[in-house]
Amino acid sequence: MDFQLSEDQLALREGLRSFCDGRVPHDQLPELEKAGGIDRSLWSELAEMGVFSLRLAEDAGGVGLGNADAVIVFAELGRRVVPGPLVWTHLAAGLIEGAATGDTIVGGLDLVGGAANGILVEQLLGIDRLLVARPEGLFVLDARSLSGEAVETPTDPLTPIHVIADLPEGEQVGGPSDAARLRLEGAALVAGQQLGICEATLELANAYAKGREQFGQPIGQFQAVKHLLADMFVRQEVARAAAYAAGATLDDPRVGDVQRAVSVAKLTAGEAAVKNARTCIQVHGGMGFTWEVPAHYYLKRAWALESLFGTSEEHAEQVADCVERATHASL
Amino acid sequence: MDLRYSESDEKFRAELRGWLSEAVPAHGKSPAVNDWPARRAWDTGWQKKLFDAGYAGINWPKEYGGRDASLTEQLVYYEEIARARAPYVGVNFVGLLHGGPTVMVEGTPEQRAKHIPYILDGSQVWCQGFSEPGAGSDLAALSTRAVRDGDDYVVNGHKIWCSFAQAADYCELLVRTDPEAPKHRGITWLIMPMDTPGIEIRPLPTLAGEGEFSEVFLEDVRIPIENRVGDENDGWRVTNVTLRFERGTAFASDMISLQQFLGELIDLSKRVTRHDASAWEDRALRTELGHVAAELDALWAMVKLSVCESSKTGVPGLGGSAVKLFYTELYQRIGELGMRLLGRANLARSDIASLPDLPTGEIMHRMLNSISLTIAAGTSQIQRNIISERILGLPRDARPK
Repeated sequence: MDFQLSEDQLALREGLRSFCDGRVPHDQLPELEKAGGIDRSLWSELAEMGVFSLRLAEDAGGVGLGNADAVIVFAELGRRVVPGPLVWTHLAAGLIEGAATGDTIVGGLDLVGGAANGILVEQLLGIDRLLVARPEGLFVLDARSLSGEAVETPTDPLTPIHVIADLPEGEQVGGPSDAARLRLEGAALVAGQQLGICEATLELANAYAKGREQFGQPIGQFQAVKHLLADMFVRQEVARAAAYAAGATLDDPRVGDVQRAVSVAKLTAGEAAVKNARTCIQVHGGMGFTWEVPAHYYLKRAWALESLFGTSEEHAEQVADCVERATHASL
Repeated sequence: MDLRYSESDEKFRAELRGWLSEAVPAHGKSPAVNDWPARRAWDTGWQKKLFDAGYAGINWPKEYGGRDASLTEQLVYYEEIARARAPYVGVNFVGLLHGGPTVMVEGTPEQRAKHIPYILDGSQVWCQGFSEPGAGSDLAALSTRAVRDGDDYVVNGHKIWCSFAQAADYCELLVRTDPEAPKHRGITWLIMPMDTPGIEIRPLPTLAGEGEFSEVFLEDVRIPIENRVGDENDGWRVTNVTLRFERGTAFASDMISLQQFLGELIDLSKRVTRHDASAWEDRALRTELGHVAAELDALWAMVKLSVCESSKTGVPGLGGSAVKLFYTELYQRIGELGMRLLGRANLARSDIASLPDLPTGEIMHRMLNSISLTIAAGTSQIQRNIISERILGLPRDARPK
């Protein structure tokens, strides 16, 4: 057992971190907001970094890495709230031409759980193709042929939304098991992004708690505040272990139940991301409530990721079922 | 990033599992919780069997007769012990996890020869005399006084939370030898034979109705100077030496056992009725069960991550506080969920004869005892201080002297 980041993984993380820190600093976020969340030149650079071709086989032009590596990469993207359908384009590599190279921006829609409250598509104006997961399989549509009502004020300012009244079926590119697999891999990548949100919000809150003084001392010296930060750390480490374990289990199903590991990750990292982002705002006090302090971008992104590839409740039920089966098998 | 156990780990697992499958049933049922002579015999008898089979002192160095297992082998060991529902350390806890390791590192050759082999084979039981009524979280404030008189220390004071005192042969005792020095610099670590005159043990029943803890009153207790471990007034450092042995596996067996317990709760939820259907069919309750199960899985992954990190670096990870904090609070939530599944049967804290399907005793025993977990070995509040100050680098609290 070597449940740790390898030298290569540490280097991968460092590379992505320094790229994202330099290319998507917090003061860039308002610019990206104006551009509708997608900047094609940033997208090409992410493609060059291997973000989309990461798990594609080397002989197919990819980097040939696994899900655990992808989780590490997506944690870095989450740390900087890098916008756009990163997960969907990554999942579409090898399935839709041009996705791996960044030439085609692939958005997505998960309809496996139904669309009771309407069909809301993210980034419709910025994407080229739309990958749809349905219970009966995977389907591709030309995004430019779709039209819908633009939502004027999306909750996540970096994720514009359109409501589509009639969604054509599209061209089928995969069966039910492909759709199921894609949802599992997608959920693990989202857990990676959620881990990144945990890390970034803790860093922001920690720096603020050390610098901000009230009653003649840094607020981080008050136990009421430092205990909030300690809880953020614990949630972050729980999310990290679960997200890495999901990636490692997807890569080698001999080590555990893939569905269980992925649901554990999506559930724990998802909750940790929302709670840490909220706590980050709380620690910032009144300034945390402003648009100017970037904490809100993290909370809004954490909310947006919550419903992707299964909500917390759905994953909790999945875990209950997995444990029930495992207990039954061992009795 | 590999979660797979190695071939040699799996070979170790197969051997251990085979041995446990015969040894555990042969050891019989555990005695009543308050029957100390029987508990001592049962726990130390099991330790002797482990010793004879070569499994005693799983994390102890080979030169002291231990197995010196790798950290992943230790995880396998704890998984298998829990899986087989084998006895876990019990009254041997202080000797194996605290007193023994301290004597190994800081003791004289004579002290080692007198204690180490006998702690390992179960013939010597230790208890702990650290906390006092006035020294809990602030342990270094302890005031039990030891004054030199000839070749002895004469000790007077009052210790509390001494686990297994009724069953112990020796006590690892912290005393104040220099009341003038700053509080961390006037403490000495002594080995106190429990049959020394002047020791009075008063059981302090817990809210679970069990007698694990005692208060120990010391009146002119004479302890030979040769029983001192380390230098006089250097006891605080000596105490912290044992932390080197702690590599985040302390709760491993309990976590696996908690996982089994949660499986049993899920099983129970299918047998108890809520409204017109089983509790398992109540979606809100099922979601809650899945939720805590997910957190428990994540916790186990966190233990593996921190174990792999320490085996690479050779130093215990700072994450131990995070593991302890999360584990203990989660345990209590699982206990409360179990109580809710019992419904009004939770008005009893032992099995109800006319309701034989309900594991009332086990659920209530776990719930009530879990309340101590967020207090013992550093309260959750102390753990949060440690995380925020030592890991996150926040400024220390203003602490009065």
